Amino acid sequence: MTSSATTNGHVIKTRALTKRYGELRAVDGVNLEVRAGDVYGFLGANGSGKTTTVRMLLGLVLPTSGEAEVLGMRMPTARHTVLPRIGSLVESPAAYPHLSGTANLALLDASGSDRSRRDVRRTRIGTALEQVGLNPGDRRPVRTYSQGMRQRLGLAAALMRQPTLLILDEPSNGLDPHGIQEIRKLLLELNAEGTTIFLSSHLLAEIEQMCTHVGVLRDGRLILQEELDTLLRPTGLVAVRTPDMDVCSELLGDVVASVEDDLLLVRAENPARLNAYLVGEGVRVDEIGPYRRTLEEIVLDAEARA
Amino acid sequence: MIVVELIKMICRPRTWLILAMLVALPTLVAVLLAVTDLGPRPGTGPPFLSAVLNDGTLFPLAALGVVLPLLLPIAVAVLGGDAIAGESQTGTLRYLLVRPVGRTHLLLAKLATVVAFVLLAVFVVAAVSYAEGRLLLGKAPATGTVSLSGSTLTQQELGWRTALALGYVIISMLGVAAIALFFSTLTTSAIGAALGTIGVLVASTVLLGLDAADALHPFLPTRYWLAFVDLFRDPILWRDVVRGLVVQLGYLTVFTLAAWANFGTKDIDN
Repeated sequence: MTSSATTNGHVIKTRALTKRYGELRAVDGVNLEVRAGDVYGFLGANGSGKTTTVRMLLGLVLPTSGEAEVLGMRMPTARHTVLPRIGSLVESPAAYPHLSGTANLALLDASGSDRSRRDVRRTRIGTALEQVGLNPGDRRPVRTYSQGMRQRLGLAAALMRQPTLLILDEPSNGLDPHGIQEIRKLLLELNAEGTTIFLSSHLLAEIEQMCTHVGVLRDGRLILQEELDTLLRPTGLVAVRTPDMDVCSELLGDVVASVEDDLLLVRAENPARLNAYLVGEGVRVDEIGPYRRTLEEIVLDAEARA
Repeated sequence: MIVVELIKMICRPRTWLILAMLVALPTLVAVLLAVTDLGPRPGTGPPFLSAVLNDGTLFPLAALGVVLPLLLPIAVAVLGGDAIAGESQTGTLRYLLVRPVGRTHLLLAKLATVVAFVLLAVFVVAAVSYAEGRLLLGKAPATGTVSLSGSTLTQQELGWRTALALGYVIISMLGVAAIALFFSTLTTSAIGAALGTIGVLVASTVLLGLDAADALHPFLPTRYWLAFVDLFRDPILWRDVVRGLVVQLGYLTVFTLAAWANFGTKDIDN
């Protein structure tokens, strides 16, 4: 783990968190560590146990064994203290179809026991709706909303009470590319202001673009948990793309790490020097540069090892 | 939370549709009686229905007698069955619970809302049918209303006995409400929970008609529903009314506790 890991407190920490449904281990001994200020990407295929984990963090599903600590307190025991400080989107947004978005948020807000003054509530509902790009004056019932608008409404509900932790399950579901970008920008802004974000997704690109940390779940087990920068750091290899494959690999001999189609991975510190050498030897070079693995390759590799 | 649940109930078009249906049936009966002047022979048909041709002030009781055996319990089963399962179906249950709303708190608020609906329904039916009775049916005899035992009740006596009867009808629905609430915590289908409850009521009615089930009769939820009629005897025949009260409170306690036990630790998976 990195040095920042020890200086920041944990916002989410689970120990051997397990949920069994009969014989099936939906979540199996998961040790999550999310620190204050992180944007944590929780990756996994559909059915890998992401949603069950999220539900256990929120006290909706009780673990079979293991512990979950959220904001430093045990869940679900401390849910009345913990949950008011969390905004969440679980699986999909939900609203009463016959009421407007504003009315839905007002009902949800008024359901809690931590009442604020009426004008405070009205302001924060308006602010949350504007934040996600919905019009607070819109009187249409949610029944008429598009999937993207419903998703935005669900996000507004999560943001409404300015939570210190956002737990978002597939937040970009149903949004168009423009909407995804808007929401990503909004979430990064909130993160810059100090909100910790725990984001589950099956979209690698989404995680790669937003997150500081990544956890990968497969068949209920956490097979990878690491800082994104660490995962994506240079590998000490140089990638060379050349039409003169045979000549080139013969020339380099032992320092060639692997050969794929027209791509050569070479153990070398300095791409520029390697380039000069190859060109000097008459090898045509199409492309050369330090080799970095993509998150996809890393995840596939971790899955293969698991 | 109770206030929020009440607002939710009032804001739902369905609530008003059900109320309209509850009012429509007695209205139809009143119109038919007024037009044909043909009441059921005394001692047959729903209670008070033969008496209202002479005395329209009794029509609220006749209306409750018409609505109580079938329409009102169905309405309560639908609302009670929707309580938790409906929230589950729309997906709003998980957002309520992480708001957070305590599970026990939510159950009690839902139960209170169903009872509030019964209150509203009984008063609306009583008020509308009172007006209909006065306008369409017989005028009250100047000497006062005649009780079921043949003696004469003063206006005042009739008033408080009617109030008692309305209260008894409301209490009669507590058992149904609690059963529906329990079923509602078992399933994510609001219709399933409502149908299950109606199934219990149908079974109870069938058993009531079966002599072989004699030993079970005092424990059936529908057994004492029409005992409010006894409040209009002179003197009042309390036996069945009290038994009805005990049976309803029994069902209320058992099924509310069962609902609580089931819902309190249930995994919310959808």
